[in-house]
Amino acid sequence: MSILSFIIIPIMVLGIIFYGYYKKVDLYSSFIEGAKEGIESAISIFPYTVSMVFAVNVFLHSGVLSYVFSFVSDLFNNIIPVSIIPMALLRPISGSASMVIMTDIFNSLGPDSFAGRLASVMQGSTDTTLYVITLYFGSVGITKIRYALKAGLFADVIGIIMSIILVSLVFGI
Amino acid sequence: MVSIIWGLLMVIGIIFSFASGNVSLVNDEVISSAKQAMEMFLNMFPVIVIWMGLMKIAEKSGLLEKIAYKFSFILGKLFPSIPKGHESLGLIASNIIVNMVGLGSAATPFGLKAMEKLQELNTEKNTATEAMITFLVLNTSGVTLIPTSIISLRALYNSANPSEIISCALIATICSTIGGLTIDYLIRRHNR
Repeated sequence: MSILSFIIIPIMVLGIIFYGYYKKVDLYSSFIEGAKEGIESAISIFPYTVSMVFAVNVFLHSGVLSYVFSFVSDLFNNIIPVSIIPMALLRPISGSASMVIMTDIFNSLGPDSFAGRLASVMQGSTDTTLYVITLYFGSVGITKIRYALKAGLFADVIGIIMSIILVSLVFGI
Repeated sequence: MVSIIWGLLMVIGIIFSFASGNVSLVNDEVISSAKQAMEMFLNMFPVIVIWMGLMKIAEKSGLLEKIAYKFSFILGKLFPSIPKGHESLGLIASNIIVNMVGLGSAATPFGLKAMEKLQELNTEKNTATEAMITFLVLNTSGVTLIPTSIISLRALYNSANPSEIISCALIATICSTIGGLTIDYLIRRHNR
């Protein structure tokens, strides 16, 4: 199965080139034309990257999360491992931050512990909603995103709840 | 909505850093966050440029339309507002396929290009269309068949069976996608 992720890109590139050649498209100048447009769209998303990274980092590095969770930890400790909660909360906001927490869990409890498996499934089952939304909408200049965040976060909540249920069922607590 | 979250993250972060005596936080973050964003940008930049170049060939040869028609049996139902065989559908299909095999960074250019094509169909340029939101829900719920980066990280930390989480992650991701699409559909229907 994982061989697929290695061969799909070369196959796609080959397919695009063969089909373009077959349809008599000027391959090289089309590539350059598209690449020039690519520079514009890459640059247009930079402000969104900077603003998100900045705000998320200020929030994370202020230590507010560890402060809050030192209070509620006893409450949750019996139900699910505490380190999972900030990870679940951070998953839609920052992919790298939740990845760091997952690594911490692997380090302290091991990847084959309940928390380690749960963290893996959580990390694998959803994407960084807030980042994707700001990036994709930002790139085309959309400011009124309507119900996009609501729908995206709803999907995340379902993913997180299902992760907890599935890991408890399949591997046991 | 995004600006509320952005503002809250900043305000809570700054107030808390003051309260806990870490006054230099913002000063430090101005430098380190900019650096981190620049790194992300430098990683993304060449990937976007290369794929946008390749996609131009696919666009001119009509390959995107062909893919759009191939997947119209399912994408047509998800995106009723997009005309049949529109190039955006071909890009959406490619984005989902690349995402499925766990190549998130290669999927981004397809997503950006798809948004560009969807924006051409948009009559109110600053407002998201229904098709855009459905696409983003599909994208953020992350339909990944093989979470390659997680599996390799698990292997690195000596997991006895690094890939044992695949089936759980797959079912969870399918549920979150279905959940997201359902709420998307219900909101759309409610708005009519």
